[in-house]
Amino acid sequence: MVIDRKEKVKRLQDLQKKVDQIFRDVDYRPILDKMQTMSPEEIIQSITDSGLRGRGGAGFPTGLKWKYAAAEKSDVKYVICNADEGEPGTFKDRQILEKEAKKVFTGMTLCARAIGARHGFIYLRGEYNYLKAELLERLERFHQALKERQIDFKIQFRSGSGAYVCGEETALIESMEGRRGEPRNKPPYPITDGYMGKPTVVNNVETLVYCTMIIELGHEKFKALGTKDSAGAKVFSVSGDADVEGIYELELGMTIQEFVDLFGDGDTKAVQVGGSSGHCVPRKLFDSTIIGFEGVPTGGSMMLFNSTRSMYHVLHNYLDFFAEESCGQCTPCRVGCQQLLKGIEAIKKREREPEYLEELKKLARNMKISAKCGLGQSVANPFLSITENFREEIIF
Amino acid sequence: MYLTYRGACMPETTGLVQSLVRKYGARRENILPILQDIVEKNHYLTEKSMRELAKALDISAAEVYGTASFYSFLDTQPRGENVIRICKTITCYMKGKDDIIKAIEERLNIKLGETTSDGKFSFLAANCIGWCHEGPAMLINNKVYTKLTPKKVVQIINEYYDNGR
Amino acid sequence: MVKVKINDMPVAVDPGTTILEAAKKLGIKIPTLCYHKDLCIAGNCRVCLVEVKNQRTLQASCATPVFEGMEVHTNTLMVRNARKMVIELLLSEHRNDCLKCYKNGQCELQNLANEYRIEERTLLDLSIDKHIDRSSTSIEKDDSKCIRCQRCVRTCEGLQQVSALTVANKGREMKIATFMENPLSEVVCTNCGQCVNRCPTGALIERNYIEEVWEAIDNPEKHVVVQTAPAVRIALGEELGFDPGTRVTKRMVTALKRIGFDKVFDTDFTADLTIMEEGTELLTRLKKALVDKEKVALPMFTSCSPGWVKYLEHEFSAYLDNLSTCKSPQQMFGPLAKTYYAEKAGIDPKDIVVVSVMPCTAKKFESQRPEMKDSGFTDVDIVLTTRELARMIKQAGNDFRTMEETEYDSLLGTSSGAGVIFGATGGVMEAALRTAYEIVTGREVPFENLNIMPIRGMEGIREATIKIEGCTSEWAFLEGVELKVAVAHGLKNARQVMKQVEAGKSPYHFVEVMACPGGCLGGGGQPIPTNPDVRQKRAAAIYEEDMDMPIRKSHENPEIQQIYRDFLEKPLGEKSHHLLHTHYTHREKT
Repeated sequence: MVIDRKEKVKRLQDLQKKVDQIFRDVDYRPILDKMQTMSPEEIIQSITDSGLRGRGGAGFPTGLKWKYAAAEKSDVKYVICNADEGEPGTFKDRQILEKEAKKVFTGMTLCARAIGARHGFIYLRGEYNYLKAELLERLERFHQALKERQIDFKIQFRSGSGAYVCGEETALIESMEGRRGEPRNKPPYPITDGYMGKPTVVNNVETLVYCTMIIELGHEKFKALGTKDSAGAKVFSVSGDADVEGIYELELGMTIQEFVDLFGDGDTKAVQVGGSSGHCVPRKLFDSTIIGFEGVPTGGSMMLFNSTRSMYHVLHNYLDFFAEESCGQCTPCRVGCQQLLKGIEAIKKREREPEYLEELKKLARNMKISAKCGLGQSVANPFLSITENFREEIIF
Repeated sequence: MYLTYRGACMPETTGLVQSLVRKYGARRENILPILQDIVEKNHYLTEKSMRELAKALDISAAEVYGTASFYSFLDTQPRGENVIRICKTITCYMKGKDDIIKAIEERLNIKLGETTSDGKFSFLAANCIGWCHEGPAMLINNKVYTKLTPKKVVQIINEYYDNGR
Repeated sequence: MVKVKINDMPVAVDPGTTILEAAKKLGIKIPTLCYHKDLCIAGNCRVCLVEVKNQRTLQASCATPVFEGMEVHTNTLMVRNARKMVIELLLSEHRNDCLKCYKNGQCELQNLANEYRIEERTLLDLSIDKHIDRSSTSIEKDDSKCIRCQRCVRTCEGLQQVSALTVANKGREMKIATFMENPLSEVVCTNCGQCVNRCPTGALIERNYIEEVWEAIDNPEKHVVVQTAPAVRIALGEELGFDPGTRVTKRMVTALKRIGFDKVFDTDFTADLTIMEEGTELLTRLKKALVDKEKVALPMFTSCSPGWVKYLEHEFSAYLDNLSTCKSPQQMFGPLAKTYYAEKAGIDPKDIVVVSVMPCTAKKFESQRPEMKDSGFTDVDIVLTTRELARMIKQAGNDFRTMEETEYDSLLGTSSGAGVIFGATGGVMEAALRTAYEIVTGREVPFENLNIMPIRGMEGIREATIKIEGCTSEWAFLEGVELKVAVAHGLKNARQVMKQVEAGKSPYHFVEVMACPGGCLGGGGQPIPTNPDVRQKRAAAIYEEDMDMPIRKSHENPEIQQIYRDFLEKPLGEKSHHLLHTHYTHREKT
């Protein structure tokens, strides 16, 4: 279906209006007041009933995370907002922070009340340093509002310094503790043994804002959107060969075909759902693939490629990214990423036979179950989806 | 990979490290903010500054180095006043980052990875900086520039020279 | 107790036990690489992966605690494929030079590859070219053989708290490095060699001097003498087919003779000598403090561990005066060989080559310290580790197992039990007390069989208080004094003791410090592997050897009495000062 751009923009506006939660002009202070009438258990119940799952990409049920952290016995607990958005194609947290910072702070305060924390941190990636001054100003006013309500919660900023892997929650905590951002062995999980050994909840920026919305509007409003497995709405960042690029808050559960109809330039060959560590969906699977936890999940990144793009080049770019950003501690990831990258180069240059691709796929499948953290485990996603669906482009 | 740039003069660090340690506290968990502030001021971490910080935190210089070298923005190699980081991830590539790189290399007369002899600019690549819908994009120190064209990028660099930055 | 099933076999373990440990209880061996009993858990090599029911990814058994009802399988097809892949990846990153490598036949990576029959090399070769740092006299670092298990960093940073080695960069650039990639000789490395003991491949080895020794022995004009440290004789056997804790002293002497050394002497002799000198030095300091009321550097620290000495020189440079001015037994031997022995044997000292066999890598550095030339020549020419000696014994074609026993050569070869216990942590202290107490009171130390048990054992820092009563008239100023002593081993514990000294809160008069966990018996030059169990066995052998010696106290050693009579005159005398005492160097802290 070829739809002209104007029509696309209108349709998008309609779809966004249906959701319209995060970017509304809403005063956060009544939400703080409402929060104070609720017990921690009530807050957690509301989040749980909404079906909200982490919006950073991993998709852990938020209510459950808060419930476990609340159950931990400790006089010191932490709430950390993961603003280390580094997945290629993702830029929605930047926008959320630019436009709706106070909703993020409110979300953190909700979490603090739910689990019993008095300290919060926002780990902001170094590439977004230019946001800091403005955010600090807004934070100061927010702290004022907390003080007025005698809410004992203080938020501090911490900056990243150019390391994608610090988006992984234990690597983030390591970084905050003044060390290399190397993911830890799990268990123990951050909810039992997190920052400085204390129970810690790490939540994505968007997740926290949705928590704020759920408390403001009630969990039914959130649950009414999306699907059974992928409740609610999501903020997507769309880029690449698209007629319309940018940030859009839409329901989860769309098929890729519907998505491409809205965003594509009419010649979409593939959609990368979930960034470099996500799945590359080819045209023939657009209809049958759902954007959500029951299909292909995403932290928000949606990149579109048209028929002029070389999928070899795309895969090469991803693998180079991983080989550079891997923390380097575990064998499958550190060496595996290099083997996959050099492997496809070797096949292209005919230094290896095309059959070698099967060896590489085996390697990728093994990495998926052997690597120490999500980064190494996810490399198989783009590798297998691209080599299986675009085999000729890789080999020839 | 890059020309070793000795720097017009070695940045003074003793007072700086001491004052940062006082500001943030002499504890291991504060090492990143301290290193970030040193880089903010001096554009990179000198051997001397890492040694001083190590002494102040009662850890070895190797530990400081090992931690700093993990992070792409905490350079332990000399850098110029203004560090250009051009995004090399897929969507910026699709939008033409190679042309931007060529334009910068021509304007500054250095290759990617190098520093100009006047110490004004270092030219590096970075991974996705979060402006995929407005690529090609780059950072110069903490400032972001998007929707780049070869012409625009030369203009930006010229402005830096004109304004004495 | 937590009940789990491994390979369908039930086992009950304490909560917190890892899958690896639980499997061991059932006699199931899961292969590992980055795991080491002495070190914190890393879980990064991924060799020890196992299947856990209901979990999508494989789990590292060394890092995963069991839970009630856990079901583990250690050898399914999935596990074997993953394990094989991990080993293949490691091999692809490793410069395969096995035939020429020092660790050929003793390499953990080689063993794994062999166990899993990695025949065809399917993956691409990612290894880098030879990249060797030979700047240090003690340790050699070859980045091209590193498999990044981080054992060396966990040792240097975690176990020893020196942190000369660190993990640098990330991704494909990730590597083990020194500060700013400076040569090892220019950083705070103490040369303790604990990293060498734990490196699974040939990436970290000791600097080798075997060829230099063969050259000297082959040279008809050279008179080559060898000294052997106490800790060598109870560990050498491990390299030559014996169990840990086997005493092979006299066999070792035979082997050394067969290799071609002109004289085989014993460092235990100069250990006894060290006691004479250091004991007198301690008593002199105490006299200065208690009688003359002078400001004197106390506590006094032992100085026979060169790793410890370099550590102090870097980290606590303000306290160099606290170190005993005595040289180590190795370094006392050198000048005596080239003066006392040369005289007695009628040999021109310029033709004497002194070789020492040590459990230690730092001794290589110590022998080349610029001030160690008091004989007029380099006092100790070449230092070999226990491992290098084993290699030479094999190269010489001798069947160590069937060798007969030989005594050490006389003049510098007789020793007491006090000398041999230098090899264990607490040994120097015990030896010193056996002599000093008797000098001061005229009576033996009040411990059964002279075994001062309170300062023995493997605890990091041990302390004891000895009340001095019934002194002879010469030492009356010590009457009633409660002598407080401490023993520390491992640089992490040395650091703790020094922090106390820095804070002005140290209650001790005399402290023995050994850089290596276990003391010299756990030294950087000892047979690999090292672990608490092996060190325990070696310690038992040392104390056994002590009990079997006819003489148990340094001052009763007839050759010691002879050297003072004929040559040195008295402890701390002029000749001693010239040949047997030294000074130290201030070094950079970082």
